[in-house]
Amino acid sequence: MSMEIFEVVSIGVIASVLVLLLKDKQPAIAYLLIVLTVLYFFLFVIQYVKEVLQLVVFLGEKANIHSAYIQTILQIIGISYVAEIGANIVKDAGLDSIAVKIELIGKVFILILAIPIFKSLIETIINIFPIT
Amino acid sequence: MIGDTSILFQIAGIGIIVAMIHTILKQMGKEEYAQFVSLVGFIIVLLFVLNSISDLFQEIRSVFFYKG
Repeated sequence: MSMEIFEVVSIGVIASVLVLLLKDKQPAIAYLLIVLTVLYFFLFVIQYVKEVLQLVVFLGEKANIHSAYIQTILQIIGISYVAEIGANIVKDAGLDSIAVKIELIGKVFILILAIPIFKSLIETIINIFPIT
Repeated sequence: MIGDTSILFQIAGIGIIVAMIHTILKQMGKEEYAQFVSLVGFIIVLLFVLNSISDLFQEIRSVFFYKG
């Protein structure tokens, strides 16, 4: 795991040199090269994210938390991950305004996913302190 | 642990060759063929990238959005 950082850094350097080589002749292909590098990096890091998430699921099972809550949390992390990837790729093309909109939509979706948890929280509170 | 990275060099090679053909065709005065070659090179590279995107999304779906 400590050696793989060298791999990541060297691939980043090689990709940036190749992009510089192509930039003024074929900007579209240079951009696709950037996208491919970003995709490789995210595909690389998801293996380690997976291990961390397995730990989260394991802890949730040990603590007897309802599996729907854990799954909602995982889906929220997944939405933010995908939105981050998309926003990064679009930002690389220089379209900052579209990147901001992607992030905004991701936030709205996260909010929508959190609604059932929030509802159950309110119901629990009302059960503890009944409104007469 | 990063997968096959020779694809980066492959794409850079495609880009350089396409740029060369583009320049040569332009010198010969065949502007429309030059544009066409650029487009074809772009589409070939786009296919590689689409494959990679689909791999990534499949992986993300299996990690974060599994049902059950």
